[in-house]
Amino acid sequence: MPTLTQRTGRARGSLLLCAAAAVALLATACSGAAAPAGGGGAAAAPPGRGDKLTVTVYSKFTAREYDVVTKALNKLRDKYPNIEVRHEGNQDDDKITQSIRGGNPPDVAISFYTDNLGVWCSNGSFQDLQPYIERDGIDLNQIPKAVRDYTAYQGKRCAMPMLADVFGLYYNTDMFAKAGITAPPKNTTELFEDTKKLTQFNPDGSIKVAGFIPSMPFYGNQAQYWAPNFGASYFGPDGKSDLANSPGWKAMFQFQKQLVDFYGGDDKVEKFKSGLGDEYSADQGFQAGKLAMAYDGEYRDAFIKDQAPTLKFATAPAPVLDSLSDQYGGAFTTGTIIAIPKGAKHPGAAWELIKQVTLDTGTLVEMANGLKNVPSTTASLTDPKLVVDPQFKTFLDIYASGKLVANPPSPIGDAHLKAVNDFAERWLAGAVPDLTAGLKQVDAQINDALAQKPTG
Amino acid sequence: MTTTLSARAATPPPARPPVHTAARRYRTAAMFMAPAGLGFLVFFAYPLAATVYYSFTRYDLINPPQFIGFDNYVRMFTSEPLIRTAAYNTLWLVVVLTVCRVAFALGVASVISRLKAGVGLVRTLCYLPSLAPPAAATLAFVFLFNSEFGPVNRFLKLVGIDGGLWFNSPTMSKPALSLLALWGSGELMIIILAALLDVPPEQHEAAQLDGAGPIRRFWHVTLPSISPVLTFGVINSIIYALQFFTQAIVAGSAAAGSADVAGNSKYIGAPLNSTLTYPVWLYVQGFRYFNMGYAAAMAVLLFGVSAGFTWVLVRQLRGSQHQEEAT
Repeated sequence: MPTLTQRTGRARGSLLLCAAAAVALLATACSGAAAPAGGGGAAAAPPGRGDKLTVTVYSKFTAREYDVVTKALNKLRDKYPNIEVRHEGNQDDDKITQSIRGGNPPDVAISFYTDNLGVWCSNGSFQDLQPYIERDGIDLNQIPKAVRDYTAYQGKRCAMPMLADVFGLYYNTDMFAKAGITAPPKNTTELFEDTKKLTQFNPDGSIKVAGFIPSMPFYGNQAQYWAPNFGASYFGPDGKSDLANSPGWKAMFQFQKQLVDFYGGDDKVEKFKSGLGDEYSADQGFQAGKLAMAYDGEYRDAFIKDQAPTLKFATAPAPVLDSLSDQYGGAFTTGTIIAIPKGAKHPGAAWELIKQVTLDTGTLVEMANGLKNVPSTTASLTDPKLVVDPQFKTFLDIYASGKLVANPPSPIGDAHLKAVNDFAERWLAGAVPDLTAGLKQVDAQINDALAQKPTG
Repeated sequence: MTTTLSARAATPPPARPPVHTAARRYRTAAMFMAPAGLGFLVFFAYPLAATVYYSFTRYDLINPPQFIGFDNYVRMFTSEPLIRTAAYNTLWLVVVLTVCRVAFALGVASVISRLKAGVGLVRTLCYLPSLAPPAAATLAFVFLFNSEFGPVNRFLKLVGIDGGLWFNSPTMSKPALSLLALWGSGELMIIILAALLDVPPEQHEAAQLDGAGPIRRFWHVTLPSISPVLTFGVINSIIYALQFFTQAIVAGSAAAGSADVAGNSKYIGAPLNSTLTYPVWLYVQGFRYFNMGYAAAMAVLLFGVSAGFTWVLVRQLRGSQHQEEAT
């Protein structure tokens, strides 16, 4: 029979065992943070022609778009018949991150959200593609500079562009004709005047048709999409947020306020907005004829032709601030990016696949025709097989204009963009008495977020 | 006598369980408890310990965490502005949702407990909304409460009331979310209904004989009887409000004109961050901005607050039970 001391000893032993297990688990947790191997440095060798392997691709494409991209990805098999491409659709950026974190990433990751590139690049989630580019002697000048910029971070090329999005102005030609407007607005003064002519009010004073809605964030109205048209910049030379000293932001917010005041205040605009359909539904405001003009990406063209085929519309470069007339014809650009995650099992084959869908003209053109996005290389832009209608051509011209502007990749992802868009919302609601002081607060908020990231 | 005494003396003392039996019992008990203990260690103790550890680090989910002491906590209380907005929104929901949810569930359950016919049907109809997926339910509510063409505002207009902007207004978005939560509070209603039906009818009869009316009977008979269940309802509602996530994300996204509610949705918190709840901001910090250390600090605070609320309420409940037993 064990004595009390012995029993206590056993209990203590059990407790110690439990504690040891807990410590071991905790230690695993702490060291488990160590990322999976395979971060890369040198370029992995390309697969042999007869190699049998499966390349896994994560993307957020679904339905019809998934089929288009899968077909393009499978073109790799023309060169490597034994490679199987497994395309997993509906995988958003969170899932990509989780897979990298879990040590089981896909070989290739496709993201719609270029704002995450700075984070992925700075924390090593994506491998550096520069060694592959140098090894294969690829000339990246075939891609516009702004597009090259949003796929790299601090000189590290973590991704390649796979099709691009370009933003411009959509306008309802029937409404323009009815209002006696013969050409799209080229600057903010013209945009404001046209808005006044195109807007219709109901007898009770509510908005029936809006000439142009400035609310932000709403549809294609997001601070980052508008910024290039006003010459607004985010960061100063020291890498810190500098919105308060950027005249472009002030001009943009003042222009928005001018428009909201014209409508009779933010409440009226909000009420009108709430009656508009979702961004990608058939009831989207411009498609439903409730907005005479809208700022949007080239992809809207395909949505209109699919969901509102009777709508008479045209496209043009976005109006710019009066003082920036030389910038007219350019625009904000973003796009789909493709990369090799850290820990990818077949990086050599992954790079071959990336080359196929980002640099091969035929593949790019086929995808651009299927997805109605802008093909990202200069050769594919002028390829005769590219299906171009007048509305879409505007965006191709903008892309080739040499005046594209992209978001500067940042280690804080889109935290700075959320801060600016939040501010825009507050400003338009009349909750910001002093524009400069308000922008300084936004700067402080962004700098606080930046301070959480290691420098360098 | 002598014989008896000697017989007594000969009687062996009550047998103590043999050593091996006690050890076996101990082992058996330990084995039965092992799955629960293991589950507790793996799914509660370890994640909690890891979260506390990460809260003292800068951790981007990919690279090893770096110890930074209390920096995350200092940032939380000093320089990071949106956590205050998120905490306010969640606190608002805790207060309003807890009161309204328990009162609403109690009200509905009281009505159902008095029904003479169709109890099963009404009970099922009241419970069904709680089975609706939160994202779908929220989108349905966004449609119902649309200020321009939503049926709710149309009805209100018929009776001469301007329904307002609901999910598109920073002042009305949280009340709209609360209505959504009330609509889906069928689970709590069922629990309270069970408690109501468990109140001994004799107590009501005795109170009635003493001249107590329906309100006094409810106050002095029903409420004390179901108070443990109500306390559970309060704790459950507080935790529900503290964890309010999906509905807030979807409503914010819809308010900004987007139906893209999947991960990395561009719009969070609209309008004017009025739907930015604490768990939503925690998620954004951890999984979108890769500030997992900071998100862990937020989680530790949330855990502390939840545990605090629960402790206070349970203590109060025990106190009132002891008082009742004493009287």
